[in-house]
Amino acid sequence: MSVDVLDKSLETFVLNLGPQHPATHGVLRVKLTMDGEYIVHAEPVLGYIHRMHEKMGENRTWAQFMPNMGRLDYLGALSYNHGYALAVERAEGIEVPERAEYIRCITVELNRIASHLLWFGAFVLDLGGFTPLLYAFDDREQILDLLESVTGARLTFCYFRFGGVYNDIDDAFITGTREFIKRLRSRMPMYHDLVTKNIIMIKRLKDIGPISQEMCRRYGATGPVLRGSGVCFDVRKHEPYSVYPEFNFDIPVYHECDSMARYMVRMDEMEQSMRIIEQGLDKLPDGPVMAAKAPKIIKPAKGDTYCAVEAARGSFGIRLVSDGTNTPYRIKLRSPTFSNLSLFSEACQGMLLPDALALMGTLDLVIPEIDR
Amino acid sequence: MLLATIKKALESLAVTDEIEVVKTIPPPPAAEGEEPGKPVEVKEKVAQTMLFDPDYTKKGYHLDIKVAPHDVPAAAQVLLDHKFFIESITGIDWIKEQQIEVVYDFNLWSELCRVVIRTRTDRATPEVPTISAIYDGANWHERETHDFFGVTFTGHPDLSPLLLEDDADYHPLLKDFKA
Repeated sequence: MSVDVLDKSLETFVLNLGPQHPATHGVLRVKLTMDGEYIVHAEPVLGYIHRMHEKMGENRTWAQFMPNMGRLDYLGALSYNHGYALAVERAEGIEVPERAEYIRCITVELNRIASHLLWFGAFVLDLGGFTPLLYAFDDREQILDLLESVTGARLTFCYFRFGGVYNDIDDAFITGTREFIKRLRSRMPMYHDLVTKNIIMIKRLKDIGPISQEMCRRYGATGPVLRGSGVCFDVRKHEPYSVYPEFNFDIPVYHECDSMARYMVRMDEMEQSMRIIEQGLDKLPDGPVMAAKAPKIIKPAKGDTYCAVEAARGSFGIRLVSDGTNTPYRIKLRSPTFSNLSLFSEACQGMLLPDALALMGTLDLVIPEIDR
Repeated sequence: MLLATIKKALESLAVTDEIEVVKTIPPPPAAEGEEPGKPVEVKEKVAQTMLFDPDYTKKGYHLDIKVAPHDVPAAAQVLLDHKFFIESITGIDWIKEQQIEVVYDFNLWSELCRVVIRTRTDRATPEVPTISAIYDGANWHERETHDFFGVTFTGHPDLSPLLLEDDADYHPLLKDFKA
């Protein structure tokens, strides 16, 4: 429920949300000006976990910056690995073996499911439902075990290299992944019965927190936020990279523009990611996982290169500027949630505080990625 | 094609720069019995309209335009009229040339068309007009660029530090900043 006109003559008060509030998922602070239970103005305050990753990029070699990619969006770190690897490969002109690209897509999609599962659990927790979190973490744990067996990490992945991946997948990973997909498919109806069809859930999300297409354009929102507003925009289809053109998958789009639409987009995306993984495992070609001719020392030619990938939260872009040395001259990281959060202030005006928290939950915030 | 339309719409805003081009002058035809001379490379300054459509597979964008700082809002308005959305704004410190470059990335939902707008401003007093009245999302991007490079976006409603602490008086992405 939202009100259009607020009586400005009424007395307002300032409410501080965060930086240590569970609903802000990390260290985000929001300064709220309230008129009773209604929000008059909201101002997100960022920077509590700012580490200046872009400066770090300027005083190490191209390869040494790869571990930083696991520390931005720590829930979907492999997408960031992918974006950086693709950008450097584009600048340097490195060909990647097909098997390596398949492995990249499979692991990135597994990571995307893990990220959406965690979002699902934490989002329902924001709304006051504790139990689904435990179910979601149970499933997510299976993915982390699988990814750990090939990447060696459970969260801050640094798995991709310029020219491939550093470790091949084995039969245990393939059978384990197939079993996991079977298991998650059997559990999705339970999630929908337990949560999606829950009357409290519907009342909390339906027609709440509208984000129009026009607003998305002005703020540059991408990812599930944009697709919940009826725009079919996914970098994997729009600007095909890696071996995504080889896969047959759909882009879930909902036109209601409300919190429920954004929730449904993410739930449907898990099924699409499972389809990609299955096709990837079916088509997985033999061959090396590292390009034989990949240079040991990376020195891209002078100039800049842009590369974007679809991360779990939207379009992650990376701009590399090289001066022809083995150190980047400038690395700009365009994080999707930075843009997605910037529309929160306008979107939540006149909303009830609990509804605004539901809206904030559907933005799927990961603060280290916003603050960089 | 949209790319052609956009190119035409922005053409008048692109600046003309003098860029150095290396020209190879072929040797004069050698007389009989003499060794043929070697080609000579000469650096020449050539006036060039700073509007390029680079190879997408190598660069990752379709159109690259350099405009004067005061033309940035006009360029942004053209892009908004063509339904582009803003992807990011950032700076690059060219300390050797004593300039700061501000780079704007735009993208489109309906078809694949990435447009890059660049502008250069003096490094000692970097000033570019804001586009936050045109693209609301530019507000935060410009604040971030102000944090990192000290670029003043004239007309911006609030340039207080976004990612740095409230009393930060330094700009960490400048090349002469030492932590």
